[in-house]
Amino acid sequence: MSNLLEVQNLKKYFETPRGLLHAVDDVSFGIPKGKTLGVVGESGCGKSTLGRVILHLLDSTSGSISFEGEDVTNPGKTKLSELRRKMQIIFQDPYASLNPRMTVTQTIREPLKQTGGLSSGQIYDKVDAVMETVGLASRFAESYPHELDGGRRQRIGIARALAMEPNFIVCDEPVSALDVSIQAQILNLMLDLQQERELTYIFITHDLSVVKYISDDIMVMYLGKMVEKCSSKGLFAEPLHPYTKALLSAVPVPDIHHKKKRVLMTGELTSPINPKPGCRFAARCPHAKELCLKESPVLEEISPGHVVSCHLVREMNH
Amino acid sequence: MEKELLKISDLTIQYSVENSVCQAVNHVDLKLNRGETLGLVGETGAGKTTIALGIMGLVPDPPGRIVGGTITFDGLDLVKATKKELREIRGKKISMIFQDPMTALNPIDKVGDQIREVIELHNKGMSKAEAAKKACDTLELVGIPAERYDEYPHQFSGGMKQRIVIAIALACNPELLLADEPTTALDVTIQAQVLELMNGLKRKLNTSMLLITHDLGVVAEMCEKVAIIYAGEIVEYGEAEHIYDRTAHPYTEGLFGSLPSVADERTRLTPIGGLMPDPMNLPKGCKFAPRCKKAAEACKEQPVPLVEIAPGHFCRCLFAEEKEGRYE
Repeated sequence: MSNLLEVQNLKKYFETPRGLLHAVDDVSFGIPKGKTLGVVGESGCGKSTLGRVILHLLDSTSGSISFEGEDVTNPGKTKLSELRRKMQIIFQDPYASLNPRMTVTQTIREPLKQTGGLSSGQIYDKVDAVMETVGLASRFAESYPHELDGGRRQRIGIARALAMEPNFIVCDEPVSALDVSIQAQILNLMLDLQQERELTYIFITHDLSVVKYISDDIMVMYLGKMVEKCSSKGLFAEPLHPYTKALLSAVPVPDIHHKKKRVLMTGELTSPINPKPGCRFAARCPHAKELCLKESPVLEEISPGHVVSCHLVREMNH
Repeated sequence: MEKELLKISDLTIQYSVENSVCQAVNHVDLKLNRGETLGLVGETGAGKTTIALGIMGLVPDPPGRIVGGTITFDGLDLVKATKKELREIRGKKISMIFQDPMTALNPIDKVGDQIREVIELHNKGMSKAEAAKKACDTLELVGIPAERYDEYPHQFSGGMKQRIVIAIALACNPELLLADEPTTALDVTIQAQVLELMNGLKRKLNTSMLLITHDLGVVAEMCEKVAIIYAGEIVEYGEAEHIYDRTAHPYTEGLFGSLPSVADERTRLTPIGGLMPDPMNLPKGCKFAPRCKKAAEACKEQPVPLVEIAPGHFCRCLFAEEKEGRYE
C-alpha cells in the first residue's frame, strides 16, 4: 500500500540560550491514505512540534517529508500554497484558535477567500454545506465564538479545516479541552468524516483511551524520539517499551474491579536541551543498565509492523 | 458506627448576573464520614467548584450568594458562621487543593515560606524557626527534599508544583480536604504519582476528602462514595459499587458511554446528545430530560425527587426503579 505521507529521519532542533533543544529527533514513519496515526506522549515530548513541521508551519532542521509520492521537504511558494490547501490542522484550544472578532461564517470563509478562484456565491454555499457537515446549525452563522460553548467552537475549527477539502489533517489534541460527553460527539464526527472523505489523520494526544479509539497505528514519543510504533491493537495488547508499559499502566480505568499492575515511574522528563548520549528514558527506567546510559538504542522491528527502540526489549519480553 | 464529618443539606447557591439569576447549585444534599473519600463528578458548569467554594465560605459575594441550606462541619453550620470562625477553620480544619498548580502558588514567594505562612497563621505562638522546621517536614512528606525550601515556584515542574500545593493544604493536618481537579493539569504518569501520594497521605493522616473531578477513572481509584452532579443537582449518589456496577441514572450511563476505553475493543461511542441546560433558564422538570432518551411527559412536568432506590443508593429519575435485575 502506498503511503500518503512519508517522513524520513525528521529532525527539528530549536536554538535556546542554554543550547540546542532536540524537539523532534530522527523520527521516521509513513501513513497510508485514509488511515490515522496516533501520536502519544507527555507534554514536552515533541508531538505538537512534529505536527507543525509536517505542515511547514515550522521548518525542519533535517530529514525529508514526502506527500502524495512527491518530496515536499522544501516546497516552493506555489507548491506550498497547494500543500496548505491539502494539509490542514485542527488546534487544541477552541478558545484560543478562533478570532474573537470574527463570526462563525467569517471564520470558515477566510481560508476560502485566501485561495481565490471562487465567486462569493460559491463561497457562501460552501460555508453552508460545511457547517451542516460538522453539525453546526445555521442559526449560529452570525454568532461570535464567545457566544458558543467549547464543543461548538471545536466544530468551527473542524469546519474551517474541512472547507479547503483537504485530504490530510493534523489534529493537535482536538478534544482535550472538552467535556467527555462533548468529546465523544466530536470523536464520532471525526471518524464519520474520515470514512466519508477518505481523510488521513495524524492525531496528537496525551489521552491513551482517545488514541486507542481513533487510531489505526500508534507512535509513542519520549523526549523527541519515537520509542515504539505499532498497530493500535498490538500496542495495547502487547506494549514492549518500558515507557509505553508505564504510560499504559498509569491510565486510570473507570472500573472499580480493574486490577492495577502499576509500573510507577520515578522522576520526571529530563531536559531535551543538549541531551546526553544513551537512551533518553534511562533516567526513569526501572530496568536501565549501564549500556542504556552509554549508547542510544536504535529502532528494531520486533514483529511485523511493531518497532521498538530499547536495548533490553528482547531480554525483558523473552 | 461511621462518624459524620460533613453534612450538606438543601444547599442552594445562586449568582446574580445582570437581571437574571444563575442557579449554580440547587438543593444539594451530601454527606461525608471521617476518613472517607467522596467523588463529586460532573461536567464543566455543573456546580462542582461552587459547592467547594460554598464549604470554604469563599463564594464571591457579589455576585454569588448562598440562598438556602446548611453546611454542617463538625457540629458547626458554616453558612451561618462568622468571618472570624471561617478564617480559623480555613487552612486548619478544611483546606483546598486547586486545579491549576501554576496559578495557585505565589510566583514571587519561596515555596517553603508559602507553606510556613499557613503554619504560622494557625499556630499562634509558634516561633518562626519551629514553623520553618514543620514546613520542611511537610515538604518531605510530599516527596520534595527539604533543601528546595528556598526555591521559587518557576523552578519546579508541574507535578512538583502540585505537590507543593498539596503540602500547603496538608500543613495543618486538616480534617477535610477539598481537592478540585487536583490532577487534571498533569500528565498521566505524573498524575499516577500524585494520586498515589494523595492516597498514601490520606490513609496516614486519616483525612476525609471531597474529590472534585470529571474523570471517572480517577474516581474509581480513589473514592468509596460517588455523587454525580448535573446542572447543579445531585442526580445519583451512592457507594462506588452502586455507581459503577449498578448505574441507575441515564446521565451517568451517558457518561460511561462517552468514555473510550483502554481495556475494551473499539466500539462506537454512544455520547449524550445535546448540551447542558443554561443555568439561567433551567427546565422545570428533570434537568436532564431534554437530552434523555427515556424522557416521558411526566419528566418535564415537575421536579424529580432524589429517591433511595436501594439502601445507600440514591437516584433522581422517574424510571430508576423500573430497571429489572439491578439488585439480583
